[in-house]
Amino acid sequence: MLFKNLNKVALALVMTLFLGACATQQATTTTKGDDAYTGTETVKFLADGVPDRVFFSTNKSELTSAATTTLGKQATYLKANPTLNVVLEGHADERGTREYNLALGERRATAAKNYLISNGVAANRIKVLSYGKEKPANPASNVLAWSQNRRTVTVKTN
Amino acid sequence: MKYKIFTILALFFILSTKSFALVSVDITRGNLDPLPTAISDFYLDSKLADNIKNLKLESKIPELIQNNLSRSGLFFALEKKSFIQRPEPAHNKPRFEDWAFIKTQVLVTGKISLEKEGRLRVEFKLWDVVSATELSALAFYTTPDNWRRVSHMISDKIYERLTGEKGYFDSRIIYVSETGPKVDKKKRLAVMDQDGYGVKYLTLGNELVLTPRFSPTSQQVTYMSYFKNLPRVYLLNIETGIQDLVGDFPGMTFAPRFSPDGKKIIMSFAQEGNSDIYTMDIKTRVVEKLTDHPSIDTSPSYSPDGSYITFNSDRSGFQQIYTMKSDGTNVKRISFGEGLYGTPVWSPRGDLIAFTKLYRNKFYIGVMRSDGSGERLLTENYYQEAPSWAPNGRVLVFYRETASDSSGRGGGAKLWSIDLTGYNERLIQTPTDASDPSWSGLLSGK
Repeated sequence: MLFKNLNKVALALVMTLFLGACATQQATTTTKGDDAYTGTETVKFLADGVPDRVFFSTNKSELTSAATTTLGKQATYLKANPTLNVVLEGHADERGTREYNLALGERRATAAKNYLISNGVAANRIKVLSYGKEKPANPASNVLAWSQNRRTVTVKTN
Repeated sequence: MKYKIFTILALFFILSTKSFALVSVDITRGNLDPLPTAISDFYLDSKLADNIKNLKLESKIPELIQNNLSRSGLFFALEKKSFIQRPEPAHNKPRFEDWAFIKTQVLVTGKISLEKEGRLRVEFKLWDVVSATELSALAFYTTPDNWRRVSHMISDKIYERLTGEKGYFDSRIIYVSETGPKVDKKKRLAVMDQDGYGVKYLTLGNELVLTPRFSPTSQQVTYMSYFKNLPRVYLLNIETGIQDLVGDFPGMTFAPRFSPDGKKIIMSFAQEGNSDIYTMDIKTRVVEKLTDHPSIDTSPSYSPDGSYITFNSDRSGFQQIYTMKSDGTNVKRISFGEGLYGTPVWSPRGDLIAFTKLYRNKFYIGVMRSDGSGERLLTENYYQEAPSWAPNGRVLVFYRETASDSSGRGGGAKLWSIDLTGYNERLIQTPTDASDPSWSGLLSGK
């Protein structure tokens, strides 16, 4: 895995060079397996101050601290609007095989679902739906786009 | 939706010489010195009606045979205009010195005549020019509109006689046709002959469809569809158009394939962030769970005798390839190289497993023995995956995507084929972008 790590570091350096001046687009950091998107591009809002999506590191489905902050806001919003149901759409970037990415999208959506449930949202209000790499939010083939595509999006169904 | 299945009524040997052939093709190595081959126009029986003569089958059939043999990379087809002898005498009694003069080693000739009820008799002969002997001769009976099938079957007979291996030309490829922008692609199931001819669309594109796979024994296909936004594995009969949900799972089912006897579907079922491998018996609908691990287990593929399964799992922390017995016991990791490994698929010959590998941000199609030894990477690119074996286990088809630009343009998917040797990589032309190819078995059986 040494080469993979070096590669990620190199990519991260490139990103820093290109995007260093643009505060909203920082996509990566240099530590291993921690390249979740932290910007606000592509993000929409379920309500004022409630972002609709959380982002993941490459091949990972663990929630980052930014993700739990967002999901906490979603849980508060959903509890305040008890008739609302949601589907959590899990996605992966294009740098993986289609079938594995379907499973990964399901795992990411489930991670978000479990967090909402543990924060008091009723399980029967939440469905998960994996799209794997089928529906990128950003269609470009670069590190920034991939980081924006590794996501779970909360979508209202009613 | 109805898919016409052609039938060949009769096929028999006219003559089967036992003479030892001086020419033969070694397909175990990359063939950098393809066999010079002359494929003569066939000759038409003068009694044929004008409407059949107008089909120009006497040149179309040899052209299709020539395309097949050339694309295999094992044969070099000589230009027709260099041929000295006319088709009719060449078929009845070749002047081998005329053919040796243009430096061919192999000669194919043929004759088309009329049978009862508008059927055609298409006969071909394969000649060894070096030893001046007839190697094989066969006749096929068919309707005129079925001339492509006959040409593919003749191509297989020639390939088999000269290589000693089964052919693969009389076969089809099912794939996913892709149109529209990358963020919202329209995907449809499509099927075509292995040479790219005769594309037929099997779904309308109203819902996302992925990963179709041919049954090894019938005109059935299993695939994944997002019908009603419920991603599930389906079974489709491409003759009747009848479609069935596979199993009654409370969540996403995906990554389906048939068992080698065509009786079961093996696939993944995802629930609560965990994907495991299941089988369902198509007739009895009995479902069996084969893996039980909190990791992602997917992309299962049976060995040709049905006794083993190879699959993809990240139980080590990263995507790797595993094998197990078909009852789910004896799970063994077999990929240990650097990088990630996915989409293992067992060769119909049983000896090799083809896979996709991600290493240092490049994607590779490779093969390894079923114990994981002897890894060989065949092709490197920006993105490619999903190898599928030709029925003879000598050629792989896969799809490749190029990178799109910063505005998301470009980057379409195309189908490619490559020899097991790593040589002879070729684009398969499709009317639209294309992904997820799956090769059928030989349509004419054994």
